Amino acid sequence: MTTETTSLPAPRTAWSNGQIAIGFVGTAIIMTILQYLGLLPGWLHRLPETIIPNFAGWLDTIFNFVKDDLGLLALTRFLTEGLQWLLDASGNIFFGKRRWPFIGPIPWTALAAVAAIVGYYLGGWRLAVLGGGTMVWTALIGQWKIAMETMSVLAIAAPLAFVIGLTMGIAAWKFAWVDKAIKPILSVLQTLPFFTYLLPAVIFFKVGPTAGAVATTIYAIPPMILMTTLGLQKVSPEVVEAGKMSGCTKFQMLRHVYLPSARTEILVGVNQVIMLSLAMVVLTAFIGMPGLGAKLLAMMGSFKLGRSFEIGVTIVLLAVMLDRMSKAWVVKQPEHFEKGTVFWQRHKMLLIGVAAFIGFTLISLVVPYFAEVGRGQDFSQGKELDNLIKGFLNIEWVKATTGFLRAFLNVQVLIPFRNFLLSIPTPAFVLLVAAFALALAGRKQAIYALIFFSLVALSGWWDRAVITLYSVISAVTLAALIGLPIGIIAARSKKWANRVLLICDTAQTFPSFVYLIPAIMLFGITDIAVIFSILIFAMVPLTRYTIEGLRTVPEEMTEAADMSGATRLQKLWNVQLPLALPTMAVGFNQAIMFAFFMVIIAAFIGTQDLGQELQRTLAGTDLGKNFVLGICVALMALTFDLTIMKWAADKKRALGLP
Amino acid sequence: MSVEAPVISCQNVWKIFGNDPAKFLSNMTPDMSFDDIRAAGYIAGVKDVSIDVHKGEMLVIMGLSGSGKSTLVRCFSRLHDITGGTITVEGQDIMSLPEKELIDLRRSKMGMVFQSFGLLPHRTVLENVAFPLEMRGQDKHTRRARALEVVKLVGLEGREDYFPRELSGGQQQRVGIARSLAIEPDIWFLDEPFSALDPLIRKEMQDEFLRLQQMLNKTIVFITHDFDEALRLADRIAIMKDGAVEQCDTPDQIVLHPATEYVRKFTEDIDKARVVHAGVLADADATGEGDPVDAGATVHAMARMLVNDSRSMIPVKRDTALIGAMPRKAALDILLGADT
Repeated sequence: MTTETTSLPAPRTAWSNGQIAIGFVGTAIIMTILQYLGLLPGWLHRLPETIIPNFAGWLDTIFNFVKDDLGLLALTRFLTEGLQWLLDASGNIFFGKRRWPFIGPIPWTALAAVAAIVGYYLGGWRLAVLGGGTMVWTALIGQWKIAMETMSVLAIAAPLAFVIGLTMGIAAWKFAWVDKAIKPILSVLQTLPFFTYLLPAVIFFKVGPTAGAVATTIYAIPPMILMTTLGLQKVSPEVVEAGKMSGCTKFQMLRHVYLPSARTEILVGVNQVIMLSLAMVVLTAFIGMPGLGAKLLAMMGSFKLGRSFEIGVTIVLLAVMLDRMSKAWVVKQPEHFEKGTVFWQRHKMLLIGVAAFIGFTLISLVVPYFAEVGRGQDFSQGKELDNLIKGFLNIEWVKATTGFLRAFLNVQVLIPFRNFLLSIPTPAFVLLVAAFALALAGRKQAIYALIFFSLVALSGWWDRAVITLYSVISAVTLAALIGLPIGIIAARSKKWANRVLLICDTAQTFPSFVYLIPAIMLFGITDIAVIFSILIFAMVPLTRYTIEGLRTVPEEMTEAADMSGATRLQKLWNVQLPLALPTMAVGFNQAIMFAFFMVIIAAFIGTQDLGQELQRTLAGTDLGKNFVLGICVALMALTFDLTIMKWAADKKRALGLP
Repeated sequence: MSVEAPVISCQNVWKIFGNDPAKFLSNMTPDMSFDDIRAAGYIAGVKDVSIDVHKGEMLVIMGLSGSGKSTLVRCFSRLHDITGGTITVEGQDIMSLPEKELIDLRRSKMGMVFQSFGLLPHRTVLENVAFPLEMRGQDKHTRRARALEVVKLVGLEGREDYFPRELSGGQQQRVGIARSLAIEPDIWFLDEPFSALDPLIRKEMQDEFLRLQQMLNKTIVFITHDFDEALRLADRIAIMKDGAVEQCDTPDQIVLHPATEYVRKFTEDIDKARVVHAGVLADADATGEGDPVDAGATVHAMARMLVNDSRSMIPVKRDTALIGAMPRKAALDILLGADT
């Protein structure tokens, strides 16, 4: 994002931003009233079809040119071969795909033992239990094979994203022009709905695991680039000078000084790569990638809640395990050994790990159960759980509650709100958004908002875009109504703040797909389920940043408030909340971004928004339309992102906060 | 002082920070002050400095923070490229060196110690010390042997396998010193090496440093903002302010004859008797009678004798040869403060 000086003196005769914003709102209100009175000409309510440019067609032409005439397809098909080979090999190792090197599958017991030992090495017995326990659960519940299908792609995509991200991060740090070139691309990539990654991946890299791996890799690259650049920039200048004075060449500097000194940030990048890869690899179920995601999709589609729940637990366990382990790796510092420590003691954990691996592999040759949990041998309680859940939902008062909620929200709140949004004339809507950006951030953001939303209007998908926006706004509003009070209450004591933060941290590691499960359980396949899943997904950052904002208010200020005789409420209202507001705004922004992400995923429940259309494009080869839809979502998300982040930064600076 | 060519010689060195320093320097008038330059949007890190460092000498560069002392020393090793003037190291103009030769120069001739140590956190003590050797491609065995030797020299034996974070500040700086000595440099730069340490540790490290210097006899450029430290260690002191050198002379001369008001303020609170030596006070043409005093003795060390003695001129000897005589009154003035 580019920074802009706000202190430029405005021309004296010009109106202030606030006045212009009010003007915009006024115009919008007048237009809407005219529309209600039936006085507004039709072409002002919705853009006439005839003037909507054929973006999709143009994009298709460009794609076809790049794809066929420039030979990109030939190149990617060539890359596909290599990728396929890698995926086959990891597939063989993880779940015994009949391909080279023909050694797999690794017995589940061996992997469980290794996971436990790695966990112990990184973070003591807690992580050992988490690592081993996750593996044992996955095997005994009968999901070993599908889990390993997922892991086999992850094992290729994550390292690939790491290497590419690291290289690009180094390039961006080294060359200012690379940095300038990729920054805007990264911010668009991070707001682009994931369905938009999927179709090009399919077209260029074939349906199935290869396309899944490519989409996953691309999705996981941006944070790696950012963390690498950040880490390299943060290396202390004295360490750099020490390296130079030691006579390092440029390459030696990078290899021996910069990269090791940026270890922490790079490992944080690794953690994010792993988590994003997992989240994405589950979602690639939509393009026929087998594994946990595909199974979950199938189970949810056929409303088998018990099995869905079990798969959800597996995904969550895997996510938490990977997250905790990679985070433990970040803080793990090398330890020295006393002189004369013998080899086997220096490498004790490594040796135990290898021994356990070999041991369990050998045992599994004799005891088949240790190699693979066969059909009918697992402990899956899918049916029973299913009945239990459905039974619970059928209890009179539960049914009444969810039914009431559904009816009340739908009839009294959501549908009227949606209809209202849809009734606003397009130009009025664009003006309202611009006024919002102008009032919060400034003219530059307002101009972006104008351009971005006008483009959305010109895309020809206005109504669906408004419905998308309606889902996002209503879900984030509901999430704020619940999440903010939770955050405020939790922030009152350190103990509770830490507990809730831990829950939020854990919840944030869950792949987004998982959030659909409770939504569908409670509300079935309805509009409300969509809102509900976005709501819980978006509540996490809201609560989290509220707590962080409130807890980081400088102590002298709260003490000063106490000494001024403020009551708790006065202190909260006059001191803590104003100071926490910029941080909370960041949480709000993240909630909106999450909501845009989720609303697209939730499309498969059956919505009428952009996500629905996007998902339909996946079935065909309609790349142009796919991109137009994806960019519409990205443009709307970016508008909010630019505006809110600018506001938060301004506010922070005004308050003198770091 | 030796008559050999200086090891480091800089002539009219300028280092200006800003958007286009070269252009600014070529356009600016020579009488612009530090503040004038700042008003133009540039910072004069080093302002028209000419200074020589001789072989085996310890030059202490001293000044407050922001006076340009660290910048100047970074110009000597070309960690900073200078904007104007020339710097030669052993006769080579270092600004004209291609990268490879510059690296060679650093690998074979220069060592540097940093204020916050600049240790690589992922390497053990031994690996940190061996780092410069590794960079110049020495084999594992030799560099280990040499590193062990230097680690022992700085008194860190037995901690070779520790990581920097497991050491105290003083110990970490010992590692920094060991690393800078590993390649047996001729020129040794120390950038406020003891400033980050507690006063007691600092004293201990200064003693250690003097011990090492007596053993190794290197050409040293030492930076400090602590005048007492400068007086304790220096052969010559260069006092810097706003990028320019105010005065560069021996401690005795700086204390006795401050060149500018700024230097005088600095020396005001110094116990001159501990700084000024008999040799400086000696008048070569004069003669005295009785037992001579040693030229290297400070006035403070002679205090009892000065008070009790009655001679007006006391002969001064360096080694065994007489070099002149010192008026007792001059020495007493320094000891007791001149009557005004």
